[in-house]
Amino acid sequence: MADASNSDAFVEFERVQKSYDGETLVVKDLNLVMPKGEFLTMLGPSGSGKTTCLMMLAGFETATHGDIRLGGVSINNIPPHKRGIGMVFQNYALFPHMTIAENLSFPLEVRKMGKSEREQKVMRALDMVEMGAFGGRRPSQLSGGQQQRVALARALVFEPELVLMDEPLGALDKQLREKMQFEITDLAHRLGITVVYVTHDQTEALTMSDRVAVFDDGRIQQLAPPDQLYEEPENSFVAQFIGENNTLEGTVKEITNGQAVVQLDDGELIDCKPVNVSQPGERTRVSIRPERVEYNKERLQEGAHTLKAEVLEFIYMGDIFRTRLRVAGNDEFIIKTRNAPDQTRLKPGQQIEIGWLPEDCRALDA
Amino acid sequence: MSDTTQSGPVLAADGTPLKRSLARALRMQKLRALMLVAPLLLFILLTFILPIADMLFRSVENRIVADTLPKTVVALQGWDANSGEAPDEAVYAALAADLIVAVEAKTHTRLGTRLNYEMTGISSLFRKSGRKVKKWDIAEDAPFKEKFVKIDKDWADPEVWRTIQTYSPKYTNGYFLNSIDMQKGVDGAEARPENQQIYITLFQRTMFMSLVITFSCIVLGYPVAWILANLPARSANLLMILVLLPFWTSLLVRTSAWKVMLQQQGVINDVLVWLGLVADDARLVMINNQFGTIVAMTHILLPFMILPMYSVMQTINPSYLRAAKSLGATNWTAFWRVYFPQSVPGIGAGSILVFILAIGYYITPEIVGGTKGVFISNRIAYHISSSLNWGLAAALGAILLVVVLILYWAYDKIVGIDNVKLG
Repeated sequence: MADASNSDAFVEFERVQKSYDGETLVVKDLNLVMPKGEFLTMLGPSGSGKTTCLMMLAGFETATHGDIRLGGVSINNIPPHKRGIGMVFQNYALFPHMTIAENLSFPLEVRKMGKSEREQKVMRALDMVEMGAFGGRRPSQLSGGQQQRVALARALVFEPELVLMDEPLGALDKQLREKMQFEITDLAHRLGITVVYVTHDQTEALTMSDRVAVFDDGRIQQLAPPDQLYEEPENSFVAQFIGENNTLEGTVKEITNGQAVVQLDDGELIDCKPVNVSQPGERTRVSIRPERVEYNKERLQEGAHTLKAEVLEFIYMGDIFRTRLRVAGNDEFIIKTRNAPDQTRLKPGQQIEIGWLPEDCRALDA
Repeated sequence: MSDTTQSGPVLAADGTPLKRSLARALRMQKLRALMLVAPLLLFILLTFILPIADMLFRSVENRIVADTLPKTVVALQGWDANSGEAPDEAVYAALAADLIVAVEAKTHTRLGTRLNYEMTGISSLFRKSGRKVKKWDIAEDAPFKEKFVKIDKDWADPEVWRTIQTYSPKYTNGYFLNSIDMQKGVDGAEARPENQQIYITLFQRTMFMSLVITFSCIVLGYPVAWILANLPARSANLLMILVLLPFWTSLLVRTSAWKVMLQQQGVINDVLVWLGLVADDARLVMINNQFGTIVAMTHILLPFMILPMYSVMQTINPSYLRAAKSLGATNWTAFWRVYFPQSVPGIGAGSILVFILAIGYYITPEIVGGTKGVFISNRIAYHISSSLNWGLAAALGAILLVVVLILYWAYDKIVGIDNVKLG
């Protein structure tokens, strides 16, 4: 996947492995190449190795095997304070005994910068996050969102080219989190910095990133832009992990011209796109997004396979309708429809037929 | 920050001031809380506060002279101590009358003991006189002056009378003067002769050595506390047991162990001689001096320093150090500028604890201190249990208490007492 000789590579992981106890690998064979200016998110469940990767990049953990390069130079043996990487911590880690201005001034002081230059940069960084009036306060006197901004300003004040963020919005409430998501991406693009962002919140990952690396079991399961990740998941884990997803299990019947027919376990046939299957007879999990399921026959392709379904539950959610169906023995089959004036509202107990475009239905690994 | 523009008290719904109705609402709760702590409060009052108050009172109380010799004290008021002559017959007659009563009640020896603190020899003077006076008759045996002088010629000594006169008021500052190496002379307070000065030196030594012990505890304890706070819980608990291990051993055993270690024929000297670092005839003197006291007390008080430091350090999130390093600080800068300032409250708490314990320590200096390494508390103990001069002991204790309070106040001014945390 990774090409070590990539010329515009800024951050590179090459065959990196990490083990804490010498028995199990937390990170198994990580390869990743990031160009300058990219906003990359490491997304995954807890224990998937994403934070370990970030810590190895920051220099707080050493790679057990493999090479980590920054700007073409191997940084395996460079201590954290010489890497010049900005970092925003989950709990912000603002020094409680210093004022906000002193916190921001700290990285400049250790770089032996003059006083007037320091003050100027601190002011500019604080203004950048709209916290200019708070320089004299202590971190404990600020709200969570304000602390978050200060932590961001502190990670940026010494003008690093690479900034790492370890679940920085985890402690904020939903509204503030959405606001900060926008501000962080905006700032990153304005300053042209490269960002590695770790989160377990998929919405955050999808809305903020240029590319998302989905981690599971110490490996990158898929590395792709958000839309591709959502619409074209490469395996069942990614399909399940990103967004809402319906899964049906079955066996591949035939594959022709990039289109497959899968026989579900109750005998019904469906059309889908083969992704992780190559020959008839293989077991597969078929994945369909709830909003791509169609029950209006007129919108379906000529000759498309349809399935019988029974409506179990109808939930009115304002902007969308969410309907739970029983399909091929699966009671948790969800469809989502937009709330439009001409939209039919299904009733529990109603029998309908559902279908979809073959390319929206992906046959993945079992 | 609060809104102070509003004038007058805030009123509750029924028109009473809000503060008052709040106080009423909370009264039951406060009463209940008070009831819960009442047994402890009573216990502390009876067994701690009252005895201390009593001790402090003893440092100025001096009723014994006026109570035992009431007539003599009155008669002596007219006598001029600077005249150089013994008082006249009236005083002796009063003394005879007082002594006859006192001997009956057997209180004259106690008075003798009390006055003996101020002038050596008075105790035996009273004892001797008491035996004779018993047989006198106050109406027939006058005049008494010659009789007293016949018993002991010291009764003609104006110094004896001056001492009685000086200590006749019911309250005296004599004990306090004594505590700072002074005495009541002919013209008020004066310094004691050089060879009798002891307490100022002892106070200074106690201060100095307590500071040295506190400082040693900080230096030795800080790294241990740091390791404890940064190890994984399992190994930290094991180490913690090692820190607490001394508490399971008797204080006397630990102190005696230092005696074994430090004496001239002891373990350390033997090892040094065996290694050839020290000549056999020049063994180091490490005990019965200040060095011995400092070593033993540092060891004994170390846990009191480590525990508060540890509990404070435990609350310092390791991400602060990481943040500092990611911002470009070297290990040392990160420690000194970020970690250390946050651990100061622990050092403060530990230091106050160790210093106050050290300043009043008694057993260890007694055992390993010799003469050069004893503390003021050893002297207090001596006056309490050997010389029975409780007044002086109380005065010394009061001074010690005041010194500690002053230091506490100074600490509050310099570092700030809200900067002390036990976790």
